[in-house]
Amino acid sequence: MISLDTVGVELGETTVLDGVSLSVDDGQFLALVGPNGAGKTTLLRTCNGLLSPSRGTVTVDGRNVSELSAREVGRLVATVPQETSLAFDFEVSEVVAMGRTPHRSRFSTASEADRAAVESALDRTDTAQFADRSVSALSGGERQRVVFARALAQETPVLLLDEPTASLDINHQVRTLSLARDLAAEGKTVVAAIHDLDLAARFCDSVALLSDGEILASGRPEEVLDAERLETAFGVRSAVGTNPITGTPTVTPLSDAPPGDRHVHVLGGGQRAARTIGRLVDAGIEVTAGVLPEGDAAASTARSVASDLVTAPPFGPVPEDRIRAASSLAERADATVIAAPLDDANATVATASARLLALEGVETPNGRAEVVTETELGAAAGATPPTHSPTKRS
Amino acid sequence: MVFRRALAWSAGLALLFVAVVLVSATLGYADITPLSVAYVVLNAVAVPTVDTSGMAWVHPFEFAVPATTTTIVREIRLPRIVLGGVVGFALALAGTVMQGFFRNPMADPSIIGVSTGAAVGAVAYIVFGAALTSAIGGIVPQIVAGWGLPAFAFVGSVVTAFGVYLIASEGGRTPVATLLLAGVAIQTFLGAVISYMLLHAGDGLEGAVHWLMGHLQYSSWWRVRVALPVVAVFFVLLLAYARDLNVLLLGEDDARTLGIEVERTKRVLLAASSIVTAAAVAVSGVIGFVGLIVPHAMRLVVGPDHRILLPTSALAGAVFLVATDTVARMGPAEMPVGIITAALGAPFFLYLLTKREVHAL
Repeated sequence: MISLDTVGVELGETTVLDGVSLSVDDGQFLALVGPNGAGKTTLLRTCNGLLSPSRGTVTVDGRNVSELSAREVGRLVATVPQETSLAFDFEVSEVVAMGRTPHRSRFSTASEADRAAVESALDRTDTAQFADRSVSALSGGERQRVVFARALAQETPVLLLDEPTASLDINHQVRTLSLARDLAAEGKTVVAAIHDLDLAARFCDSVALLSDGEILASGRPEEVLDAERLETAFGVRSAVGTNPITGTPTVTPLSDAPPGDRHVHVLGGGQRAARTIGRLVDAGIEVTAGVLPEGDAAASTARSVASDLVTAPPFGPVPEDRIRAASSLAERADATVIAAPLDDANATVATASARLLALEGVETPNGRAEVVTETELGAAAGATPPTHSPTKRS
Repeated sequence: MVFRRALAWSAGLALLFVAVVLVSATLGYADITPLSVAYVVLNAVAVPTVDTSGMAWVHPFEFAVPATTTTIVREIRLPRIVLGGVVGFALALAGTVMQGFFRNPMADPSIIGVSTGAAVGAVAYIVFGAALTSAIGGIVPQIVAGWGLPAFAFVGSVVTAFGVYLIASEGGRTPVATLLLAGVAIQTFLGAVISYMLLHAGDGLEGAVHWLMGHLQYSSWWRVRVALPVVAVFFVLLLAYARDLNVLLLGEDDARTLGIEVERTKRVLLAASSIVTAAAVAVSGVIGFVGLIVPHAMRLVVGPDHRILLPTSALAGAVFLVATDTVARMGPAEMPVGIITAALGAPFFLYLLTKREVHAL
């Protein structure tokens, strides 16, 4: 169990952490997310005693970290740093055995417990296969796992991971985070700074969003990861959806198109419509959608990125008021895009639109729509003359 | 496992050292056979025994050896050989520690100004010593005459190392890079001081230059008695820190999270290796390259684990310096051994450099 109480850290003149309070229980896996320079690494370095907070306290299992010796901290907290210099020619097993340092006295030889800890650490991190190789002969990702093994060999109640997946392939990203989750399930307190929000949401019990040295939000991933908050923290618009396979939140950052004053309404459901909504939002266009059946792929995309959405219960007649609501959206839009064949209700909505576009290959109700390809869509939807042209101004 | 490897390597190198000592003792103007050398050494063995009249030293061996041979071996050759062993041991030991400490293959014992500081002390003594001793007068000069030079050199080096450390420390932390740069700056400054003193050295110039080159010409048993205990004590201390030194190679932050009190450990390592170097330099002058290449070569052979590297490197240093000093005194004119070590060391270092071994450290 690790807890931070209004922790403030200054590095030189800059305040890197400001009034951070956070508590992670035994058996919990917390992800620290946030933009570069938000203070994630600093927070971890405060937890393992590398930095002393100028205000507030960090306690691990009830003991104030700043008041403990390096050796005592080494028995409580193990760290997998972002980078480790392993330039020297040590064998992998020797490096992992160095994890036993806080448990060994100066002159003792390795005990049975030491050997068992090293062996288990090698085993669990999938590094036993190159235990006899020199660390300088390993790839970056393999070394990172060796350092993870070293931290495991420390056998501490708290484990801190700084970007543990940064240089790993997808297989080992998942393995490493699964291992971290298993370790938490076994009762360890695990805190990891992770850049990949999807991985954080998928593997961690809770997420703390850090921005400018302060905690913006912390809690369950689906509570913390919302588009508005992410924009505050990262300064980028994003779409938060649900990963269809893992069922956990998935965050898609959108390109930094200038927010235009164009508004496009999207009709039709399914994957193609979902993609269309994404493309339009990505191009800086305000999107509305509907009427869509609840649970449709396009509906879930629209829910996270569209400014307005009209839905109706699936497999039934679309209520009148829904059609009217959607029609008024289509009427206000600069254009309406037909992304999939329309049912009667949506055909009615289409008639409310001033300008109709249809994706290539989509049948349109009365053939009056302009046909565009998916790639042309962004340009076509914004194709009407800009409202503030220099000639108009003069 | 590690312990056994360390013991095996050390035992092998210790045997090699004995062999080199015996061979070296036979070489010189007077022809002396290895057997005579062995006899002289064995004759010198004394065992403390208690009998009715109290404690006495008993010599168990009494081989017949000519008195001149005994004198040459015991009073001329062996002191020099043993001192060479001690100095080589000390320099290679300190070099190994410094290379690990700085995580830098170019580090050697003199990197934080220990040698230059000793040189300032020694040159100051040589140049101004005569004036100093006559000023003090009385019986003091005789004591100073023997002890003065090493004492000045020792004080000079320890003061310099401590000064560099203080300059590089801020708020209880001593960043390695700052230490390195402060060392370079102080060395440059002290180099100027030495040059200035040499300019005004007058009759002392030759003696001063000779000292600066590093040699074992004025070896004696008392120098061994002064240097050996210092080196031995700090060797044991450094050996106790071998595992910390290994962990420090991972970087200071990692070492701290693994339970090493980094700043305290750095202070111990720095102080111990500086004192070891100072003890060596004080009795022999600045002998270069031993502390640089011997640790390198041994790291290639036994690997980076300081539990093995420290004792083997130190022993190899002893072997290397005794061997090179034998070459130095065999020539038609006695040469400072510093010239030989540098002449052999530099090409060997370049060889390592081109083999790219240095980058892997």
